[in-house]
Amino acid sequence: MSTAAHASAGAAESTPFPSAKLGIWWFLASEIMVFGGLIVSYLLFRMAGPGWSAELHHNSTLLGTVNTLILLTSSFTMVEVHRAHGRGEEAKFRLHLALTILLGLVFLAIKGAEYTAHIREGLVPAKSMFWAFYFGMTGLHGLHVLGGIVANACLYAVAARPGGVARYGHRAEMNGLYWHFVDVVWIFLFPLLYLG
Amino acid sequence: MSGTTAAAGGHHGEPGGFLRKYVFSADHKMIARQYMFISLFWAAVGGYFAYIIRWQLAHPEADIPLFGRPIGPDEYNAFVTMHGTIMVFFVAMPLLLASFGNFLIPLMIGARDMAFPRLNMLSVWVLGAASALLLLSFFVEGGPAAGGWTGYPPLSARTAYVGADKGMDLWLLALALEFASFLMGGINFLVTPLNMRTRGMGLLRMPLFVWMVMIASLLFLLSVGPLVAGAVMLLLDRNLGTSFFLASGGGDPLLWQHLFWFFGHPEVYVILLPGLGAMMEVMPTFSRKTIFGYRPIIVAVLVAGALSFVVWAHHQYISGLDPRLATPFSVTTILISVPFALIVFALLATLWGGSIRLATPMWFAVGGLAVFIFGGLTGIFNGSAAVDIYIHDTYFVVAHFHSTFFSALFLAGFAAIYYWYPKMFGRMMNEALGQIHFWGTFLFFLAVFVPMHLVGVGGMMRRIANPGQYEFLAPLSGLNRMITMSAVLLLLSQFFFAFNFFWSMFRGRRAPDNPWEGTTLEWTTPSPPPHGNWPGEVPQVHHPPYGYGLPGAGEDWVPQHRPAPSGAGAGR
Amino acid sequence: MFAWLPENVSTFGGDIDSIFRFIYYIVGFWFLATQGFLIYCLIRFRRRPGRRPPYLHGNNLSQAAWILLPLVIVLVLDLWIDFRSADVWAKVKVGGPRPDVVIEVTGKQFNWIMTYPGPDGRFGTADDKKVENELHVPVNKVVQVVLRGEDVIHSFFLPQLRLKQDVVPGRAIRAWFQATKPGKYEIPCAELCGFGHSGMKGWLHVHAEAQYKEWARKMWPGS
Ligand SMILES: [Cu+2]
Ligand SMILES: [Cu+2]
Repeated sequence: MSTAAHASAGAAESTPFPSAKLGIWWFLASEIMVFGGLIVSYLLFRMAGPGWSAELHHNSTLLGTVNTLILLTSSFTMVEVHRAHGRGEEAKFRLHLALTILLGLVFLAIKGAEYTAHIREGLVPAKSMFWAFYFGMTGLHGLHVLGGIVANACLYAVAARPGGVARYGHRAEMNGLYWHFVDVVWIFLFPLLYLG
Repeated sequence: MSGTTAAAGGHHGEPGGFLRKYVFSADHKMIARQYMFISLFWAAVGGYFAYIIRWQLAHPEADIPLFGRPIGPDEYNAFVTMHGTIMVFFVAMPLLLASFGNFLIPLMIGARDMAFPRLNMLSVWVLGAASALLLLSFFVEGGPAAGGWTGYPPLSARTAYVGADKGMDLWLLALALEFASFLMGGINFLVTPLNMRTRGMGLLRMPLFVWMVMIASLLFLLSVGPLVAGAVMLLLDRNLGTSFFLASGGGDPLLWQHLFWFFGHPEVYVILLPGLGAMMEVMPTFSRKTIFGYRPIIVAVLVAGALSFVVWAHHQYISGLDPRLATPFSVTTILISVPFALIVFALLATLWGGSIRLATPMWFAVGGLAVFIFGGLTGIFNGSAAVDIYIHDTYFVVAHFHSTFFSALFLAGFAAIYYWYPKMFGRMMNEALGQIHFWGTFLFFLAVFVPMHLVGVGGMMRRIANPGQYEFLAPLSGLNRMITMSAVLLLLSQFFFAFNFFWSMFRGRRAPDNPWEGTTLEWTTPSPPPHGNWPGEVPQVHHPPYGYGLPGAGEDWVPQHRPAPSGAGAGR
Repeated sequence: MFAWLPENVSTFGGDIDSIFRFIYYIVGFWFLATQGFLIYCLIRFRRRPGRRPPYLHGNNLSQAAWILLPLVIVLVLDLWIDFRSADVWAKVKVGGPRPDVVIEVTGKQFNWIMTYPGPDGRFGTADDKKVENELHVPVNKVVQVVLRGEDVIHSFFLPQLRLKQDVVPGRAIRAWFQATKPGKYEIPCAELCGFGHSGMKGWLHVHAEAQYKEWARKMWPGS
């Protein structure tokens, strides 16, 4: 974009940060408060009573760990998407984006399998405070994962067009910020709901 | 920099077609008008409910004129709940923050549109969806939500307790969508002033209204999260049988109160600050004097905003909270009076020595300041934990928060409408009707809410449908009837506004670019501004706003886009 | 203003009323000062031809002092209110004196259920008596109420005794009062609790010593 166009649109950007990035940061700040509210409530209840170690043992540490690794890997592939855009490597961009979407779907599939097993055992949200928090927190997190998958799929759709990566590839950074956030939330949920 | 963020540059033409122009518009000025009409619609509904509530309190179990029959206690609870929900979430926030925030931010900072125009359009549509859900809740079986606008569980968590069934869930969903709408809006209100300022427009040269909207959005973004979490838990309690807020299943009813009020107190400032911001624009213009203490005001608002996160338990002194926690929260609460006193003193000092013209916007701004001082001072009683033991959940609290909200929402809101209407619609409102509207609103407001404090002192509880059921409230029945009569007159006074608003839109005198001789950038473009906001180049800014009475300047005022005369001492 | 307060009949009610008055005089002063200043400005500085207002930006200390100095007074008065208020709060709500009489009060849509421990002074024994909405206490004695909730949140309110305490399911919250005048006073519920909230009320009967004994004799004949 030319400087003349900038002048006619007011100033280009008055801070060193692109608007989209600032927007995502503010959005994530408010999201931190949502999950923060849930996590603090969880901790208050857990510390007020004898603890929930009995209920925690119903959760498979193995599946939880696998899911943690899946999300961590997907964060890595997401970074690769962003890098590929910087280097102009279109094929790599699409490949890693597809991998990120796929890993997200695998995460949700495992989560779904866990839910099904719990519900078969009668471990439903109404069962106890622990299960209420478990389903509430992982459910809300799962919706965020789903949202990230949708955002990435939209990006893939436009990036698959000829020249799409060059035109829309910068969005990978915004999607990435959000995706890392979803990952970090899981890093907090995993020990709270699976370990100790 | 790409097309995603600076969509509405000069290269876009005006969108054609009725739908594109008036409905699916991404132009911030059209979105501002959409927000305004949504909030005015809900204001009419909320006002009608206030009338029903007041009539019931003055003449319990009598036929209510314009409703046709008496209302039952369950309906009364629904009207009280909806009045509060509507006024806070569907009138105050859309009008002050969203409508004027949208209209004024780009015009005041010299941008062609908001940072994210499509997100902006989405946010008004999500608010529309929230409005639709709230309307729908009136027509489901069991009626709309009836658990108070604060929705305390366990009452709100079980249909058996509250009566309302799907109405309760729709209420929660409508609130969730409203929050989503204002999260999107808030991101725009924060990023646009940060990143879209025209050349020369430093952060400390932005009009104070922009600062107030920014800080209000920041408070909203940082405070609403825990309540969103709470709303999710309450929906689970209602629909999946969990017990987050039910003691019988191991939960705790007080958890909701913490989550609600952690949001609730900052929310007060989300509503208040844009109203104060409007006063801060109107008062310098009509007293031809620069604002007194531009920087101290910003610091004070930031301090008040920070304090607002550590005062929430003042709503819970007697809730069963550990009583030793009351005093620390009482101290932080009462300390909030310090930054707000600074703002009041600064506004008073702005008037001092001015050349004051009392046109309608100025009357509303000054009246708003007077009522805001009154409402702020009665808040000290509530802040004191000891006094709160007696006045908590009485009409004293109701009278207090109506004084603060009414001053910010309606008095300052009307000041804003009368002041910026010419810019928004290109026509002037009628001055005589405006002044009649002001005096009706101001005097009948006082006649409603000053005696209402006395009703609170008399001990009358909030949210009771029939004070006649209590012997100790018998001495208050005369006051209650008088308040209701004043409230009816207050509502009738609004017809002067409604007529003026719609009549002027078509028949008002054509507005010049700068009818009030204001100094900020929105007055440098035609009324109404074209698509893209300025027909030519976006003006550059040379000095802070409110350049009235600059020493050394020939004229008594220098707009922001005109270079200050040499030697003019702009001290900042 | 204070004429609208219901007559106070408790030992600590006077303390609460005195804080009320104390704040009233302080905010009354600020109210008159600020509104007086405002009206003065509107009259004195109304627009006249040829007036040129001074340029007072208030951003440096020498100018801002005009608003910072009164702010110091605001701060001092705030802290004064805080300290006086904290004392009264502690007296009414923290700890409390040793009770002479203990009664359990349970809030339930839409009644107050009073449980008296009977002559043995203990709850959970055979001589407990449950009565709906009638609370009988002796005058000049420290009465402790143990507040429980069965369904939703209610609020136990004694307007004439200046006592209010929410009743929360899952908690047993203790509150106390000492009535100074025999009589019959209403106990409204002050927290929205459903369609019967309006009209949910009981009666507090404060008896002189002889009448209280008479009442107890009728409740527990033969003891
Ligand atoms: Cu508050
Ligand atoms: Cu009740």
